[in-house]
Amino acid sequence: MKISCPICGDRDIREFTCMGHASMLNRPDPHAGAKVWNEYLHNRENPAGVIDELWWHGQGCGAWLVVTRNTVTHEILGARLARDVKKEMRDAG
Amino acid sequence: MRFSAFEILKQGLTGNKGWKPHWRSPEPKSHYDVIIVGGGGHGLATAFYLAKEHGITNVAVLEKGYIGGGNVGRNTTIVRANYGLEGNSQFYSHSLKLWENMEADFNFNAMHSQRGIINLFHSDGQRDAFARRGNMMISQGDDAILLDREGVREMLPYLDYEQTRFPIYGGLYHPRGGTARHDAVAWGYARGADMRGVDIIQNCEVQGIDIENGKVVGVQTSKGPIKCGKLGLVTAGRSSQTAAMAGMRLPIESHVLQAFVTEGLKPCVDHVVTYGMGHFYISQSDKGGLVFGGDLDFYASYAARGNLPMVEHVVEAGMTLMPMIGKARMLRSWGGIMDMSPDGSPIIDRTHIDGLYLNCGWCYGGFKAVPGSGFSMAHLMATGNHHAPAEKYRLSRFETGRGLMDEEATGAQHNLH
Ligand SMILES: Cc1cc2nc3c(=O)[nH]c(=O)nc-3n(C[C@H](O)[C@H](O)[C@H](O)COP(=O)(O)OP(=O)(O)OC[C@H]3O[C@@H](n4cnc5c(N)ncnc54)[C@H](O)[C@@H]3O)c2cc1C
Ligand SMILES: [Zn+2]
Repeated sequence: MKISCPICGDRDIREFTCMGHASMLNRPDPHAGAKVWNEYLHNRENPAGVIDELWWHGQGCGAWLVVTRNTVTHEILGARLARDVKKEMRDAG
Repeated sequence: MRFSAFEILKQGLTGNKGWKPHWRSPEPKSHYDVIIVGGGGHGLATAFYLAKEHGITNVAVLEKGYIGGGNVGRNTTIVRANYGLEGNSQFYSHSLKLWENMEADFNFNAMHSQRGIINLFHSDGQRDAFARRGNMMISQGDDAILLDREGVREMLPYLDYEQTRFPIYGGLYHPRGGTARHDAVAWGYARGADMRGVDIIQNCEVQGIDIENGKVVGVQTSKGPIKCGKLGLVTAGRSSQTAAMAGMRLPIESHVLQAFVTEGLKPCVDHVVTYGMGHFYISQSDKGGLVFGGDLDFYASYAARGNLPMVEHVVEAGMTLMPMIGKARMLRSWGGIMDMSPDGSPIIDRTHIDGLYLNCGWCYGGFKAVPGSGFSMAHLMATGNHHAPAEKYRLSRFETGRGLMDEEATGAQHNLH
């Protein structure tokens, strides 16, 4: 598998670490309560199909990416800088 | 038909023409008292113990593929009771005791072999941790022996003791640990359940769950609707999908774990050996193949196959531990879909929906749990009460934070257990 890092280009999967579902970007308010934090920390959509995940290019540029991937075929459909995704989320409110 | 010395003699003398299928293939009835979704080890064992321990026999196991096609037929078959955490140690201790009797219970040879497991350690700190674990196992009533390097060398002369990265200091020996024939465990429970009246229905996919006024009333399947009193979801790596049919989101991520086997060799690896520092473990199957594996690939997957980086990692670790393995040719590799929970421990619990029960989160260690999980799940579904050895496996622990069972203390990330 190769991930196309927006900074470095096509790189072998060994350079990256999967850091889990991209919903991690949606950190709730510290006082949001146990239910909301449970959803955030533990519960998952866990789709058999297309998923957005955080990957860290630790052995490359060090950027955090949101990688779109198919969990059934292992096809990698795209990668964006997590920073940009987070900014869009913030702008969208 | 029961297996016995007499039966084998009789069949042998009459051309082996009288053997019958080990379970029936019935069409589903319109209603069951209990439906179990998933014909893996845990689902079949649940049905078996419902019938055997509780006399509940109007039961169906619905399996979307064939029995043994999931993780129960894909794992590396290590059976052990060497946990340290309160709740886990009781549960796995109970499960190992069931292993020691189950072949007689379901009248089938599962080739359970208590050949002993040796967990290697490679530093003074690790020796202390293993000594502590051994003491925990002993105080739970199980067995553990701390071996020094010479003690290990006597049993495992083929290891490389002088390797520079992780020289071997000794090992924790668990004599009652071992392996079993994984398919036979599924077949044995299927056969035992069928003999007691349970319907095992293969090629029957559950596609929807019918809930009325907060209570489960039945399922929609590829063979039509079936009504039920109680429903157990025991679907391992597919748990998120089946729970979603009841509108639930689970604390589960599905990850791929790979395993490997070499060509058949003469007996050379007599025990199960684990090399935690290198992420490698190995045993030899009864057919002679060296069966080994390592870590998860570390990304979510439903592919039931992994990728090359982990293959290389596992094979490299094998070479550093026991260089002789380099002479064996690897025949096959495969993967299974693991139901990873955030604390690495499973869930056996009821849900907020009346009559709906959940059994999942076995991560990569659920084969040894098959009898214990089936027994405790059956107890919960039949009596409504949690079975003592499994009473800590609550779904609510994630929300409350009370009773999290992080055996390896790696934190709330699904792929780190
Ligand atoms: C490579 C590998 C090595 C392993 N090594 C070990 C080991 O050494 N020791 C150990 O203790 N554990 C090990 N495990 C873990 C162990 O195999 C699993 O934890 C355990 O088998 C899971 O429970 P199960 O047997 O019930 O799962 P499965 O056999 O996967 O059963 C689940 C069943 O549910 C069915 N299903 C899913 N959805 C539906 C639906 N909608 N309708 C109907 N049926 C459905 C599936 O088809 C499947 O047959 C290993 C796993 C793997 C993959
Ligand atoms: Zn990069």
